[in-house]
Amino acid sequence: MNDILGRVGGHLLSPGNLTIEQLPAILGELVGPGIDAADLYFQSQVSESWVLEDGIVKEGSFNLDQGVGVRAQSGEKTGFAYSNAIHAEALGQAARAARSIARAGQQGKVQAFASPVVTALYAQDNPLEVLERAEKVELLKRIDRATRALDPRIKQVTVSLAGVWDQVLVAASDGSLGADIRPLVRFNVGVIVEHNGRRERGGHGGGGRTDYRYFLERDGNGEERAMGYAREALRQALVNLEAMPAPAGTLPVVMGAGWSGVLLHEAVGHGLEGDFNRKGSSAYSGRIGQQVASSLCTIVDDGTLAGRRGSLSLDDEGTPTQCTTLIENGVLKGYMQDKLNARLMGVAPTGNGRRESYSHLPMPRMTNTYMLAGESDPEEIIRSVKKGIYCANLGGGQVDITSGKFVFSTSEAYLIEDGRITAPVKGATLIGNGPEAMSKVSMVGNDLALDSGVGTCGKDGQSVPVGVGQPTLKIDAITVGGTGA
Amino acid sequence: MSSAQAVGPQALPDLQTQVEQIIAEARRQGASACEVAVSMEQGLSTTVRQGEVETVEFNRDQGFGITLYVGQRKGSASTSASGDEAIRETVAAALAIAKHASEDDCAGLADAALMARDMPDMDLFHPWAISPEQAVERALACEAAAFATDTRISNADGTSLSTHQGCRVYGNSHGFIGGYASTRHSLSCVMIAEGEGQMQRDYWYDVSRQGELLADPARIGRLAAERSVARLGARPVPTCEVPVLFAPELATGLFGHFLAAISGGNLYRHSSFLEGALGQRLFPEWLSLDERPHIPRAMGSATFDGDGLATYAKPFVDGGELVSYILGTYSGRKLGLPSTANSGGVHNLFVSHGDEDQQALLRRMGRGLLVTELMGQGLNLVTGDYSRGAAGFWVENGEIQFPVQEVTIAGNLRDMFRQIVAVGSDLELRGNIRTGSVLIERMTVAGS
Repeated sequence: MNDILGRVGGHLLSPGNLTIEQLPAILGELVGPGIDAADLYFQSQVSESWVLEDGIVKEGSFNLDQGVGVRAQSGEKTGFAYSNAIHAEALGQAARAARSIARAGQQGKVQAFASPVVTALYAQDNPLEVLERAEKVELLKRIDRATRALDPRIKQVTVSLAGVWDQVLVAASDGSLGADIRPLVRFNVGVIVEHNGRRERGGHGGGGRTDYRYFLERDGNGEERAMGYAREALRQALVNLEAMPAPAGTLPVVMGAGWSGVLLHEAVGHGLEGDFNRKGSSAYSGRIGQQVASSLCTIVDDGTLAGRRGSLSLDDEGTPTQCTTLIENGVLKGYMQDKLNARLMGVAPTGNGRRESYSHLPMPRMTNTYMLAGESDPEEIIRSVKKGIYCANLGGGQVDITSGKFVFSTSEAYLIEDGRITAPVKGATLIGNGPEAMSKVSMVGNDLALDSGVGTCGKDGQSVPVGVGQPTLKIDAITVGGTGA
Repeated sequence: MSSAQAVGPQALPDLQTQVEQIIAEARRQGASACEVAVSMEQGLSTTVRQGEVETVEFNRDQGFGITLYVGQRKGSASTSASGDEAIRETVAAALAIAKHASEDDCAGLADAALMARDMPDMDLFHPWAISPEQAVERALACEAAAFATDTRISNADGTSLSTHQGCRVYGNSHGFIGGYASTRHSLSCVMIAEGEGQMQRDYWYDVSRQGELLADPARIGRLAAERSVARLGARPVPTCEVPVLFAPELATGLFGHFLAAISGGNLYRHSSFLEGALGQRLFPEWLSLDERPHIPRAMGSATFDGDGLATYAKPFVDGGELVSYILGTYSGRKLGLPSTANSGGVHNLFVSHGDEDQQALLRRMGRGLLVTELMGQGLNLVTGDYSRGAAGFWVENGEIQFPVQEVTIAGNLRDMFRQIVAVGSDLELRGNIRTGSVLIERMTVAGS
């Protein structure tokens, strides 16, 4: 950790003639009368993306963004300002703006810095630099050619590669001092197929906090991972070519393992973020200790999984991440907290204080949210349904945390008839109420899987990378928004 | 928060100089053509909740982006850093990408002869001299009005006032350079009502180029409160096929989907169900969709598009027929058509409408669903299949009966567009798309 602190500190602070040793004095000025707590968040982020379509690599882009965010807190009030420039004068200006929210009151104190012991969950090297530009371009072209060769019904292939290298340093008046170097890469393939006048799309991808070599490794089927994504995108597109209208009405639904964990992210996760519960605006507010899901459900948020897209060694407030049990055997155990909401609710922060960048305020956010495996054989779960829907893959979802209503859209789904998966059905939106739907989970599979690493969560206009996961599970009744009978 | 000058028209000459510097650097490093955008923005956002200040945020952003060409190869780079070194490095990053990108016949700047020449002032810059204290005061007044509206308003989820001013200059190696300063001010209020064993949330907001023209804070608060309370007791309805009336703030989304489906990028990627639909009758004969890019103070106004082409007024749909796609220079070349000066999108879309207000349209509908909220992204643009979560009100005999939630509405956009029965006179004026309520003949509502 000290090694990272020195390295990141040098990178972020030295160009503006600042040192880590100066930060307590800057925080000291910030924590004047009426300010309870303050922090500084320095960040430098380089990112790139390469896009292939129509068989050619027609676009590439590179971005460098850097700056410092300054936050001051007084009771429930937060003042915030930021600067693209990292030097003493800019910091002073931002600090004066941020502390303008102060009310007269007691003098805050700056604690001596203490850096937490942190387990490294990912490598520190720049993930963008492990391949030469020519190698990145060749990878995209190779996957494109190999994909087009798979099936004559392919009309269009889009392949993209994206990487981010983020360096952050956070110093807070409570003594938190931490730095993190965060790699993040992603590879996506989209396919349009056409047959007998019908056209459909399929898409798949993956990634995580690793580097581009991940996509060249063999996947579980012994195939190059990038090519595995392409094959999966094509498979989904071809399934959808045959899809008939989904039924409309309330039906039993079996959710597949893995990415279908979007269900938990929407139906449970957001409603358990500390800010909503401190404000009493969530359908789960004030329900700690109560049964909010069927006793088969144990759901955690775990930021400590090595290399996962939603993982962080430290959150954006310098708190080490952890595995937080949200729901245990159906009983609500705890919320996800950042420092502000933890302090106001009188609990400990859980390492869920996250922000999109230095120019955004931190708030409680998920990391990797998933349900632990149950005991049922997935096939037995399917066999138990007379007429229903099997959701193999989902698109996005959304939730109204106050009413508890959540939706998700299927991107690959099938009818279940007499215990067997039969015809594919078109994409449809499913809608339910979080606590109600979770209480109707009647079977949980033994096949827990996490997603492949492409999830992005939006809240209050801020996007952060997240992970989801779940075993196959059955919800006895949920509304399916198709157009069929 | 750097000690740079104030954001506004007075900063434009300086931004123009920066654009020229960056173009010169790109040429020096060997680019055959390039285009550059430089922008800066500053703002203030305050949020109050339950009578107290919750956040005061000061924004100040700057940055530039360059797209350059080496022959028919293209690369882009952008940064929030400033200064000569940042310019050199960003240009070098774009150039390194261009050298590895593929030859693309369609790549390159728009034709030099098409660059915008006249740049009428659209009066988009109206800074609001409001202090953080005054902003907080207005937000508090808004929230107080919401709490005073109804005793069932039990909680608040934040009332925010924000004011932003920005300026942006675009230039390219044809010698085109243009820029403008603009402002955007908004006030929004989210309230929570409790009753009938439920907790329900809803909101209202206003946005304007001119702070003084924002709706009265008390009115915004009252509407947010009334909308939240009106949802109490919401329940699903049985699955059925009925007419659906989209409230104007949601009807904008229907036309937004249409614009996406006729956009060049989706067409040349074979990703739109409206590929090849030019000249087809897609809407009822009385319906037209017109772009009017030069309206003073409008949210979507612009004199030139993302390629430097002069924007102009035109119909996309006339007499129900699709008469133009939405094209930029690149997508136009891909489709063998001239650009419609829509690189970056459409500037102020007007939907033709009749003279019936929402009440009249409810009477016309008789029995069906009035939709006031949509959830999720359930749209497949390749097929036009549409399925989204919805909330609103059940209507019988033209009268609202009870609030509805936990239902979905589904159909196919091609059918939905054809089955538009009426567009109301109750216009949504806050965004880039101006439409009234939209009545659709028949959709599948899935519920209990």
